[in-house]
Amino acid sequence: MSPFLAVLGRELRLAVRHPADTLSAVLFFVLVAALFPFGVGPSPELLARLAPGALLASALLAALLPLDRLFGAEAEDGSLDQLLLSGLHPAALAAAKALGHWLTTGLPLVAATPVAAALLNLPTGAWGAALVALALASAILSVLGAAGAALTLGARRGGVLLPLLVLPLAIPAVIFGAAAIEAAASGLEARPYLLLTGALLALAAPLAPLAAGAALKGD
Amino acid sequence: MEEGARQAREAGVLEAERSGALEARDLACWRGERLVFADLGFVLRPGEAMLLTGANGAGKSTLLRVVAGLLPAMEGTLLWGGADALADRVAHGARLRYLGHMDALKPALTARENLDFFRRLHGGDTDAALDALDLRPLADLPARVLSSGQKRRLALARLALAPAPLWLLDEPTVGLDAASVERLRPLLAAHLGRGGMILAATHLPLPLAAPRELRL
Repeated sequence: MSPFLAVLGRELRLAVRHPADTLSAVLFFVLVAALFPFGVGPSPELLARLAPGALLASALLAALLPLDRLFGAEAEDGSLDQLLLSGLHPAALAAAKALGHWLTTGLPLVAATPVAAALLNLPTGAWGAALVALALASAILSVLGAAGAALTLGARRGGVLLPLLVLPLAIPAVIFGAAAIEAAASGLEARPYLLLTGALLALAAPLAPLAAGAALKGD
Repeated sequence: MEEGARQAREAGVLEAERSGALEARDLACWRGERLVFADLGFVLRPGEAMLLTGANGAGKSTLLRVVAGLLPAMEGTLLWGGADALADRVAHGARLRYLGHMDALKPALTARENLDFFRRLHGGDTDAALDALDLRPLADLPARVLSSGQKRRLALARLALAPAPLWLLDEPTVGLDAASVERLRPLLAAHLGRGGMILAATHLPLPLAAPRELRL
């Protein structure tokens, strides 16, 4: 467990030293959300109708931004070799990196959700559901993204390949996450949709790191 | 002749099994379309150091990465104490220290924080490791302001953290001044004295008493 925590601790420390990475993802999220009112016109009803899907889509796009550096930066400076020889199983290494990505990108996006929700005129009654849905969906993207980053490591133009690989897999998270927010906005029960999103996370959280670990080992 | 070679090899294998030595048999490795080396074999016993020499591109770094389990060998086997070394690559990684071309330092972290991360992976004492390579005065500087020789010393300080049976060193002294190379002498001698093994690719002489040489 200690090497796992060591890797996670280093991720957090590096994020504190490079706050621009986290900040740019958060600003990207808010800016994309702010583009919708300009595109569809300032009709409050139409915006509120669009808000659930727009929130999910812009949050997932923002969370993708730092993903191609997840293993790329480690490979470039030789750290990846050291991590693979540290006695930590490659799947556990990928899990630590995915958790680090969620803590340094997903969680700040969740914190910025009220700003984006206000820009999209989401009824305040649905903000709670939006926070939970975004937390779950961004966690799903973190684990899927770790697998994608490991697979595209060393590929030319891996930065472009990565979203093409990861975003289709994130579609179920968008469907159920947006459904949860929409249900809460129209006064219905959001819980079943949130539970389904949670089930997706429960499926991806153990499987995606295993795939990432296999890719890192080069098997 | 053939029989004699076979018997000698079997005797070597028996000894390797007894002593927990590292043995490579008939290793071959391809990079892309090019054969880097083939039919490569050696036995490294506890307390021994072996230098890999050869021209650029002869496959020294490749061999180190194969022995570390970072690159698959196309053919041949790598034995540790007579058993397949790479059967459990996670455990194999934990019993060796690999010093590659790159120093594996994070520029934003201080020298002490960089080393502290490896202390949490391998164990040992950060301050003692800093002292072993005279890095204490630089301990609180971020790694990005260190010179390339100082970075190399910080990478070498990883070796001083906690003992591991096998050290794989890729050009360990590149960028080091004479005083720093001398500082490696007690570190390497202590490792060999503990029964450790060293496999080092180098163009420069290392401060080792009587290293064997494998020419690629």
